[in-house]
Parts: sequence; C-alpha cells; structure tokens
Amino acid sequence: MTKASAVVLDRVTKRFGNVTAVDSISVDIRDGEFFSMLGASGCGKTTTLRMIAGFEYTTEGVISLGGVHVERIPAHLRNVNTVFQSYALFPHMTVNENIAFGLQMQKVNKSDITKRVAEALAMVQLTGYGERRPKQLSGGQQQRVALARALVNRPKVLLLDEPLGALDLKLRKEMQIELKRLQQEVGITFIYVTHDQEEALTMSDRIAVMHAGKMLQIGSPTEIYERPANRYVADFIGEANFLDGHVSANDGIYTIVTLASGVTLSGIAQHPMHAGAAVTIAIRPEKLRLSVQPTDQLLCLPATVERVLYIGSDTRLTVSLDNGAHLDVWEQNNRSTLDRDAYWQKGERGYVWWTPDNALIMAE
Amino acid sequence: MAMVPSIEAPPDQTQRRNRSLLGLLAPGVLWLLVFFVLPLLIVIVYSFATNGPTGKVIWSFNLDSYRLLLTKDLYYNAYIRSFVMGVETTLICALIGYPLALHMVMAPPARRTVLLFLILIPFWTNFLVRTYAWMLLLSNNGIINSVLVAVGIGKQMLFPSEGAVLVGLVYGSLPFMVLPLYASLSRFDFTLMEAGSDLGASIVQRFLRIMLPLTAPGLVAGSVLVFIPTVGQFVVSDLLGGAKVDMLGNLLQRLFTRSNPPNWPLGSALALVFMALLTIVVVLYFRSTTEEDR
Repeated sequence: MTKASAVVLDRVTKRFGNVTAVDSISVDIRDGEFFSMLGASGCGKTTTLRMIAGFEYTTEGVISLGGVHVERIPAHLRNVNTVFQSYALFPHMTVNENIAFGLQMQKVNKSDITKRVAEALAMVQLTGYGERRPKQLSGGQQQRVALARALVNRPKVLLLDEPLGALDLKLRKEMQIELKRLQQEVGITFIYVTHDQEEALTMSDRIAVMHAGKMLQIGSPTEIYERPANRYVADFIGEANFLDGHVSANDGIYTIVTLASGVTLSGIAQHPMHAGAAVTIAIRPEKLRLSVQPTDQLLCLPATVERVLYIGSDTRLTVSLDNGAHLDVWEQNNRSTLDRDAYWQKGERGYVWWTPDNALIMAE
Repeated sequence: MAMVPSIEAPPDQTQRRNRSLLGLLAPGVLWLLVFFVLPLLIVIVYSFATNGPTGKVIWSFNLDSYRLLLTKDLYYNAYIRSFVMGVETTLICALIGYPLALHMVMAPPARRTVLLFLILIPFWTNFLVRTYAWMLLLSNNGIINSVLVAVGIGKQMLFPSEGAVLVGLVYGSLPFMVLPLYASLSRFDFTLMEAGSDLGASIVQRFLRIMLPLTAPGLVAGSVLVFIPTVGQFVVSDLLGGAKVDMLGNLLQRLFTRSNPPNWPLGSALALVFMALLTIVVVLYFRSTTEEDR
C-alpha cells in the first residue's frame, strides 16, 4: 500500500531570464520519506528546493503540500521549514531565542515555547547550550541548532540544502547517521539536497538524480546504483566502464551487443531494444574479475594489466583489451595470500570476465 | 566537542606587543593634546572669566556666565531648538536613508556604484554654495514655487522658515546617514531574511526582528554623525532661517564675533554646557541601542 503524498511537483519549471534552471519536473514525494535530490552544482536541485520552500515562485507547474496548491503562497505561510547550507542562525539571538523564533511567529504561548525549545535542544543533544550565541558554537553544533530551530515547528516537510557541506568528513559521517535517526524518530518527510552521492546513498529512501534541470532517474539507492537509467546516472553515481556498440540480437533475457571491434557481448537491457540500435554497455569496476586462466564464463576477454593501485582493502587495476579499450577492475583483497590471482604485475596477461547480469545495456 | 584553540602569545611577547601598540597611538595622542585638549582648557578658563563692559575679558574668575545661561530664556530656547532640530533631522535622514541604502545594497553592482557616486558628488561643491542654491530653490520666485503655482496650489512662503532650515539640514547630512547604513547593510546576510520567512515571519516582523537589530550599528553611527554636526549648525539656520531661527551655533557665533560688545566668557560657557549635554545624550543613545549585544 502506498502512503499519502507529502509533496507533489507537477511539471514544475523555473526560468531565470533565458536560463531554464528547472525543466518540467514531476515527482510525488511520499509522507515520511527521506527523499534526496542529487546532482552536480547548477543541476537545479537547490532551485527546486527553494520553490518548495517558497523563496522562489514557479514559472510553470504546480506544487502541492499535503494536497493543497502552494506555488503562489509566500514562504512564511507554508508549513515547511528549511535547514540552510550556511545554517542562517540569527547571530543576535541566543540558541534558545533562535529556536523559539518560529513558535513566537505562530503565537504559541510562552510556557509551551519554553517546553518545546527545551525538548528540541534535547533532541539534538544540546541541552545546556540554550543561552549561548551561535558564534560560540562549533560548526557541528550550529548545524544541530539549525535542525532544532526547524524541527521545533513540527513542519509537514523539512527541507535540507546541503546541510552537512561545511562540516569535516568525520563529523559529516556522524551527522549522516544522526540525521537519519532523527528523521525516523520524528517521522517527518525530509527533502535533502546534496552533491555528495555517498551521502544520498547512505540516508535516502529514494534519490532523484538531477542534471540540467531534469530528474534523470528517481529510485531507491539500490536501483540507482545497480540499475542506472542512462549513461549520465551510471557515470555520476559511483564508477563505471563504458563500451559502445550496436544491438545485434535479443535472446529473451539477454541482449547481444556487437562492439566496433567485432567482439560480441551480452547484457541486460531495461527496455526491449531493437537490433541495430546504438547502445552503451556499463559495467561497474567491482563487478569485473581478472584471472590468469580463461573462465567458462560467457564473457571473457583477454587483457593486459596496465596499472596496479593497491589501496589495502582493494586493488584497483586498469587493464587494456586487445582492441585498445581500457577497463577499470577493482579486486577485493579477500583471497588467500597464496592465491596467484591476488597479485598482479604491470604488463601481465589475464582474462577479464563478468556475469552478463552485471552488464547494463542502455540507449546511447 | 571540538574547541577552537586560543592563540595566546607568551607573556614577554605580549608586553612587547603592548608597547608597540602604544607607539601606534603616539601621533594621534600628540595631535589631540595640541589641537583638542589645549584649546578646550583655554575655553574652560575663559568660561569662568568676567566680561568687561567693552567686551574685554577680565581675568577675575566666577560663575557669572553659567548663572546667566540658566536664567535667560534665549539660551534655554536655543538649546531646545537645536536639540529638536537635531532629532528631527536625524529621524528624517534615517527614514530617507535606510530605504536608500537598502536599495543600493540590493541593486546590481553596476547600479550600486553609480548610486554611491551620486551620493558622494555633492561633497565636491562647497557646502555654503549648495545652501545658497537651496535659497534660490525655495525663494518666492524659485523653481519650487513656480511648480506649486503651475499645479494650482499657489505660491507658498517657503523661505526663510524653520522648515527651510530642516530641508537644508537633512540635505547636508543625508550622506552621513546613508554611508554607514550602506556599510552595515552590505555586511548583512540576506539569507537570514529567508530564514525568517521560512519560520513564519511576515516582512514587517522580519525587518523589526532581524534586519533592524543587525544593522543597528550602522544606524547608530549614522545618527551620531548626523545629530552632532546638526545641533552645532549655524550656516544653514542663518541662511535658510533668515537669521530668525536661532540655533546654538548662531548664538555662539554672535557672542564671539558680532554682538556689541562680544562676550567670550559667556560664549565659552555656552559651548561647554552644550558639549557636556551632547556627550550625555550620545552616551545614553549608545547605551540604549547596544544593550542587546552586551
């Protein structure tokens, strides 16, 4: 059973002069979902978030919050709250005053404000910091105050604009877990904007990968990573090897592709493809294997080791095929130290192989 | 919780630094001693002296001048008028200057530069000349009256008057209000206004609770820069008030130069009391406006 919609965008478009920042986006964000918009800078993710918040109005299209059209309602009358990238804490107010601000605007009575502010501080583990000024706090603490200031209003939807961007790596990892815990605890819909794919994969229920004002793919982290819809998504999320060719046949489950060199490979296409179509095969480097002897696998190509990068848990190899194409192969260092296949030297010959289930065929 | 390590120099280094910091003060201190403290002392001495019948100062010391200040309405009225005119000028400058500075900060950079330039241009012409220009504008057959006649309101007696003085004062002081406000506003983080609206504050609430308190330093600085010179003005009140609008500056000028006989001790006392009152007012003002930050 699907849950009710928290936010619905219907063909939302935003143009600044001649520039189309957001290009006819439609998405249905479910109640209680952790939804991320992931993309490089300039992809339209922040503009989309700002339209949901009400800082920008849509040029075209409809935004509904809990079933009500809000695209022409100003920000201060919308039941959403934002955690800003720069936190945007009021520097002339104490932590308590910052958190109380939204409640004061809603004319909540004083004793309730005091109680809810204390609860919010406890929720972000900052009890005792209420009388401090934002400047007296570390970046991570300011981040948590910003979170408390937004959540204390019990919004229907919380919008987060790269909230961890200014933190160092270790703190960022801690906050990722903390945010996810908070979201599950309060059950509020989170819409999260980030350019950090790992962040999006770790926290999200669903991710929208954005590029040039469009949502290229919307899906769970596994779907996005394991079944990228197109070459941009495959390339943007994680690493991938790409081989260009033409469809030569379909055998029901697998699609057969012939590369320019004449080599024939098979893989999985998400949509049926007709023979002759120009396609790209994408294979993640960790799904490739390199062995000394040819295997009985369907896909097995002779290759020469060009580069070996030992990074402890993995060995990252670059191999060249006989047609000159390069492939990245990540071998996990999980074999016996006596296993010959675990140690590769530059210039050695071997065989690259993979299972066709991991070769994704996508339209060019 | 990560603590920011404090940067503290070892003691001997701190001492050496303090000494060289004092060195930086020397030129300023010297200048102020010779050109501020010394003249001030002279004025203080004069204020206790006695004025002779021909205006010659007699070196016999008493409180006569101060007694005169307290008893004569003329002086009391001049204080009140100067103060009221100063407050009015400051208020009007703030009401015109704040939106102007805000517009400049929010304008695209090219327009901002042009506007800043326009605000500074009047400084290139002598203030006296500009005040004369106002006399022409406001005179009975001036441009403003011509316009008033043309639109059917009819000729108004605009000048000389207290209103004309106020116009002249606001005109002359406006840049001193706009520039500190501009500096304050250009440091203001407008994301805070978005945060305010995100938390449900209307535009008025956002202005009063976020923008105004955070740009108060500019407003305070601008107000002081406008208020202090205004209360001591005598050129504008003389020219645009037709010598009928006496501000303190006019009285002072007369006591020292024109009146027959001159009265330097009384003038000195008038100036000193004025200075003391102004100091009290400005200190109180600073206190009341910066309280929140302490």
